[in-house]
Amino acid sequence: MSDVLMPRLSDTMEEGVLSLWLKHEGDAVRKGDALAEIETDKATMELEAYEDGVLEQVLVAEGTTVAIGGRLAVIGDGSGGSGSDGTGSAATPTVDPAQTEATPAPTSAETASTTAPSSPPTDVASARSATGQTSAPAAAPAASAGPVRTSPLARRIAKEHGLDLNQVTGTGPGGRIVRADVEAAVAAGGPGAPGAAQRAGTPASTTAPSTTVAAPVAKPQQDDEVVPLNAVRRITAERLTQSAAAPQFYLTALVEADRLLALRSEVNAGLAARAGEDAPVKVSVTDLLVRVCALVLRQHPEVNASWGGDAILRHRHVNVGVAVAMDDGLIVPVVHDADTLPLADIATRTRDLAERGRTGRLKPDEFSGGTFTISNLGMYGIDHFTAVVNPPEAAILAVGAGTQEAVVRDGQVVVRTIIKMTLTSDHRVLDGATAAAFLRDLKAALESPLSVLL
Amino acid sequence: MTVMTYRQALNETLRAELARDPSVILIGEEIGVFEGSYKITAGLLAEFGPERVRDTPIAEEGFVGAAVGAAMLGMRPVVELMTLNFSLIAIDQIVNHAAKIYAMFGGQCPVPMVIRTPGGGGQQLAATHSQNLEVWYAHVPGLKVVAPSTPADAKALMTAAIRDDDPVFVLENLSLYNTKGEVPDGEHVAEIGKAAVVKQGTDLTVVAYSRATVIALDVARQLEDQGISVEVVDLRSLRPLDRETVCASVRKTSRAVVLEDDWLTYGIGAELAATIQEGAFDYLDAPVRRVAAAEVPLPYAKPLERVALPDAAALTKVIHEVLDATRFSR
Repeated sequence: MSDVLMPRLSDTMEEGVLSLWLKHEGDAVRKGDALAEIETDKATMELEAYEDGVLEQVLVAEGTTVAIGGRLAVIGDGSGGSGSDGTGSAATPTVDPAQTEATPAPTSAETASTTAPSSPPTDVASARSATGQTSAPAAAPAASAGPVRTSPLARRIAKEHGLDLNQVTGTGPGGRIVRADVEAAVAAGGPGAPGAAQRAGTPASTTAPSTTVAAPVAKPQQDDEVVPLNAVRRITAERLTQSAAAPQFYLTALVEADRLLALRSEVNAGLAARAGEDAPVKVSVTDLLVRVCALVLRQHPEVNASWGGDAILRHRHVNVGVAVAMDDGLIVPVVHDADTLPLADIATRTRDLAERGRTGRLKPDEFSGGTFTISNLGMYGIDHFTAVVNPPEAAILAVGAGTQEAVVRDGQVVVRTIIKMTLTSDHRVLDGATAAAFLRDLKAALESPLSVLL
Repeated sequence: MTVMTYRQALNETLRAELARDPSVILIGEEIGVFEGSYKITAGLLAEFGPERVRDTPIAEEGFVGAAVGAAMLGMRPVVELMTLNFSLIAIDQIVNHAAKIYAMFGGQCPVPMVIRTPGGGGQQLAATHSQNLEVWYAHVPGLKVVAPSTPADAKALMTAAIRDDDPVFVLENLSLYNTKGEVPDGEHVAEIGKAAVVKQGTDLTVVAYSRATVIALDVARQLEDQGISVEVVDLRSLRPLDRETVCASVRKTSRAVVLEDDWLTYGIGAELAATIQEGAFDYLDAPVRRVAAAEVPLPYAKPLERVALPDAAALTKVIHEVLDATRFSR
């Protein structure tokens, strides 16, 4: 009998959403079987069973947000005994009061019926008295759709700020509202905010999420549709709010793209002629940009860098991220070591990453570790735009649509395909001239794309 | 300051108190000619003679009772029990006599005696010789129980115990005898009943005593490197218990873990968890957690003994669980 807990699936993960149960109560499971899908800050991953047995209890309903370490299910031998006897590999008993909470408190009456309360163990000692594993005391009865669950500290801080705890989403074990939740709510515009969380007597709000800026927050009106935040939306908001705090500047260059587009046509014709070999792909403008940017970045290590708080980090690897729109958010899959990959490989990889990114099936290392980002809205006919730096990276390139324009060359008016590109830079890492030198070299490389062969 | 072992600190303290006060006597099994099973009384028979350093038969109830009588008549006996486990033979003298005489005789007759004895496991001494029974005595009004975790505290608390007019249980620990530390020269006396914040921190409080304090400090220093600031409170005295220092720390950090070498059930951790919820309830962001020994008679086999006792890894794991439960971020 053991508990299935919310695993830590990435360094930045604090909680996960149990989005789908793949096994159900009573199902036999084998070690390695996928039990459920977990949606983390940017990806959906499968939760694997760590042992053979029977999925005796499912403790959280689909769609529930659970903090790392929170209980999700119980795997046992099928006898369906106590819900938590704390059996683990360690012989040292430790009592986790959270483990005594047989089911998380449903946060609303609607979910109450979907969360089957388990019968709490009342006398685990009688079963295991000699083993030292009697550490879980008789469990508290499963909470019904009763009062809000909160830590005492969270309750006190909420009271100080006149905050209604019914309006706060708990992210602790079993949906418990903890200090971090209250402080986030206060910072997000609860009564007494902003700055009130800093008042004397309140423990320093070192755990407050970084989104706690005092930006105005709208209150829903009667006819507003309220769209709850999913994990991607929330992390995007958090990241971009962080980004806004960095001083940024913008440089725009007009790139003559005719040769680049000609090269693309030639390359694609060549790829099409190779039909029959494994999955020939078409190379997109974005793929060419990834390739060329990566090569130019290698010559400009000061741009292939990140803000490190007390230092600037110049990266050995050139990992280029490509912003991809999802139905309900944005994700930036990363092409690692893009400077070492042939164009066809980049094309294959970006297509695969984008497809899986759109459906939230990327692994953490496929959307992290980027050193530079490209955002291309050319396919929407956008002429020119600026992008927001993707922290902690130093710069992002916003790429508009290629448009035919009349330009003067050697005293003649000629037609050229012009792409407007805007580099947004974090001024803490990059200065104007440094960024300009990079953009100049990028423009030159894109206008003479065969130079990348050198 | 002089760097010395916990053992040396105890030895020198006994020597200093024997020299300072002629009413101080030592009594116990093999403490004279053999100089003590753990050599705490080394050299003292030769220096102070058999009137002051008395070897006894193997009869704990008898010599603890003799010490109670001596204390009632004005001596300050310091009894050595070879290990805490043997106090069970003398428990009636300790609980029903030493602890109660002052109150039951209307305050006419204090019992200024010390029972000093090592507890704890980890030495492959098997189940009957590895126990942490201090909580039995900490439960009894009329006794004081102190548990030094450092050589400096061994001196300060032993000195205070000998000079105290109540019976004081001084809990030593087998695995601490060889630990070294700086010990203040000259007079160094603790106030019995005061805990110490031995490491400042802001994120989580670990409460411990005796050997567990050493583990807690070790873990706290490692976590410091990861940006986690753990405060360590060393209880030093189990009775009286310094509830205020513990609660003040938890009011600051809002998270608490108790580490104890003893079994979990009805242990010091249980008392502290209750104390914390009484004195810092509105400051808690997560339930108080306890890390304790497996509830088994301690095995003799080394691998089994090792996993049965709480260690740094077990404490670290629980600290991370508490931090995760409160969405702690550095």
